[in-house]
Amino acid sequence: MSTNHDCNNCPVHNLANLKKLGVNMENFDYVVALAGNPNTGKSTVFNYLTGLRQHTGNWPGKTVGRAEGGFEFSNNKFKLIDLPGTYSLLSTSTDEEIARDFILFGQPDVTIIVVDASRLERNLNLVLQVLEITERAVLCLNLMDEARRHEIEIDVRSLERDLGIPVVPAAARQGEGMNDLLSKVHEVATGSYVCKPHRMTSESKAIKKSIEELTKKVVDIYPDLPNARWVAMRLLEGDQRIINAIRNNELEELNKIENAEVQNEQVGEVA
Amino acid sequence: MENKKEALIAESNVMRLKVGENFHDHLIESIYEDAEKIASRAIVKKGKTSTFNLERNIDKIVTSRWFGLPLMFLILAVVFWLTIEGANVPSGMLASLFLDTIHPWLKGLAASIGMVWWLDGLLIDGAYLAMAWVISVMLPPMAIFFPMFTLLEDLGYLPRVAFNMDNLFKRAGAHGKQALTMSMGFGCNAAGVIAARIIDSPRERLIAIITNNFALCNGRWPTQIIIASIFIGSAVPAHLAGLVSAGAVVFIAVLGILFSLAVSWGLSKTVLKGEASTFSLELPPYRPPRILQTLYTSLIDRTIFVLWRAIVFAIPAGLVIWLVGNVTINDISLAEHFINFSNPLGLLLGLNGVILLAYIIAIPANEIVIPTILMLTVMSVGMTGVGEGAGVMFELDSISDTANILQSGGWTLLTGMNLMLFSLLHNPCSTTIYTIYKETGSWKWTIVSTILPVILGVIVCYFTAQVYLLVTG
Repeated sequence: MSTNHDCNNCPVHNLANLKKLGVNMENFDYVVALAGNPNTGKSTVFNYLTGLRQHTGNWPGKTVGRAEGGFEFSNNKFKLIDLPGTYSLLSTSTDEEIARDFILFGQPDVTIIVVDASRLERNLNLVLQVLEITERAVLCLNLMDEARRHEIEIDVRSLERDLGIPVVPAAARQGEGMNDLLSKVHEVATGSYVCKPHRMTSESKAIKKSIEELTKKVVDIYPDLPNARWVAMRLLEGDQRIINAIRNNELEELNKIENAEVQNEQVGEVA
Repeated sequence: MENKKEALIAESNVMRLKVGENFHDHLIESIYEDAEKIASRAIVKKGKTSTFNLERNIDKIVTSRWFGLPLMFLILAVVFWLTIEGANVPSGMLASLFLDTIHPWLKGLAASIGMVWWLDGLLIDGAYLAMAWVISVMLPPMAIFFPMFTLLEDLGYLPRVAFNMDNLFKRAGAHGKQALTMSMGFGCNAAGVIAARIIDSPRERLIAIITNNFALCNGRWPTQIIIASIFIGSAVPAHLAGLVSAGAVVFIAVLGILFSLAVSWGLSKTVLKGEASTFSLELPPYRPPRILQTLYTSLIDRTIFVLWRAIVFAIPAGLVIWLVGNVTINDISLAEHFINFSNPLGLLLGLNGVILLAYIIAIPANEIVIPTILMLTVMSVGMTGVGEGAGVMFELDSISDTANILQSGGWTLLTGMNLMLFSLLHNPCSTTIYTIYKETGSWKWTIVSTILPVILGVIVCYFTAQVYLLVTG
């Protein structure tokens, strides 16, 4: 990245300002989650920022469970969570639940959504789903090197405007764009950049009204719940898990656990 | 409060009827619609299709019905061939350094400070030698094999392997993703067992966990490669040796895949009945591998990691080996007692008592099976007056010297073949067993996963031995 004007002196724009903390995650100021489709390079971004060597490989499903690490930037300590890659957040497999529950209940200060620039449309489906459940996110438009190789051009500003979050073109394998990514994450975390995340527009009026009404009722009962709208949508869908969570008073609990540790489901009791 | 909650649930039920049953579909549709809109605005230039087409054409060959699997075997064979051809010389150099130079020096040092005989034996002839063996036997093949394997992975070949085999797994009543967890198992079974979490259905996930051990892991590749070079390679003319031994290793790996399929089929027809669920597997784009980074990570993360694990387990194993070779009951060492006792069973299986004892000592890590066998063979041969003494190995320069030791221990082509088979079909290492327990939370399935491969191994070795003896008379 060429930042050859005054930016060089500005701490926010200086990559030398990045301190990779490895597994040291003590006294962090912010929690950052890494979400995205499988095989978009989340683990590469993770390794770059933390200095760890989480195994990366060119195949979907490499990261199972979550990996955690830390980094320091502009005098703030960040805890970074690498979530398993998923195509959506709406189904029920273990890896998708880990990703979804963490974004919902782990309350990350910023969610970095990593997408494959050469497969933008398909990747946007997950981006929109993530934006339904979180307010603060940064889009990392990764694998730009590959997009260039395929001669694909993307209008970053149009994307930024439509999604309502910062968009950073990057090629994490080469370290390209990591500088910008860090400063955007920093801005969103500290609140100097306020996201206006895209919310669904194509739904019918009836649905929109139902969601709004139900959201109000949810907020009424759970004033502290950050994702009332999502809970309302799940209720509309008749998600038994959420209904049970309301009945057993687990919804409050889930919300209390910061960085909710998602238990791996054991499979021994099948037969 | 409770009333309010029930009211909320009731209200949502009423609303659900109003918005219609296909709310979920609407939701997904509207997400897709929005994504399409945003993408079409953002993508200014669609890119040329020729690069995509090139990839698609490569995929057509790599995943074709007729060429896919043979091509896979060919690639594997080339990787093994390069490993076998390349590993012999550095192995010999390391062995001469650790065993011919440092070992006598350590012995001299111990003598000069007047170390008691048993401590000297335990530390230098036991712990040090086991470690030296692990390094000289395993480091060169791993340092050649892992970078090549990692390059294939980085390039994007593994998902193609999964793609080729997905259909086979489905027909075996297992989940297609099991092809991926099996590929992980080729690296490490414990990792493969954890990777089974990507399978949603508990039934299919359990099948993937139980059968993961049939994928040859890091710890067992070197055993296969060394035994194949010694016994299979030496049974054919010299110029064919490398090729034939590589072929033998591929054969074992493929046999592992077949066992994986057969056992999956058996399980899904009996105790774990059910239909295979469908899923979609995305073939990731080919990415030019980063050569230097691959070399670095495969050497540091895999080679050194596996080597370190082997050393950590080899040192206590070395102590145990020395102890069982030197603690005696009625003037006969524990090892000899066990070997004499288990030899008839071993021979029946085309193995021998030494191998059985080695597998018991080496339960913590597959990596140390070969060094343990060598030490025990030298020791038991030593007891009849050939070697240097109980629990001590004499100097070895290369694989051909290893062959001499083993042959003087009564090893034949059959022993070599069956050791390869048994190395494929026996209990997982203790780390994997523990991981299986953690993942399944059930002792029953942990025991099944542990015992089942041993039973298969015993059966296969027995029949191989009987057929071999019948043929050779």
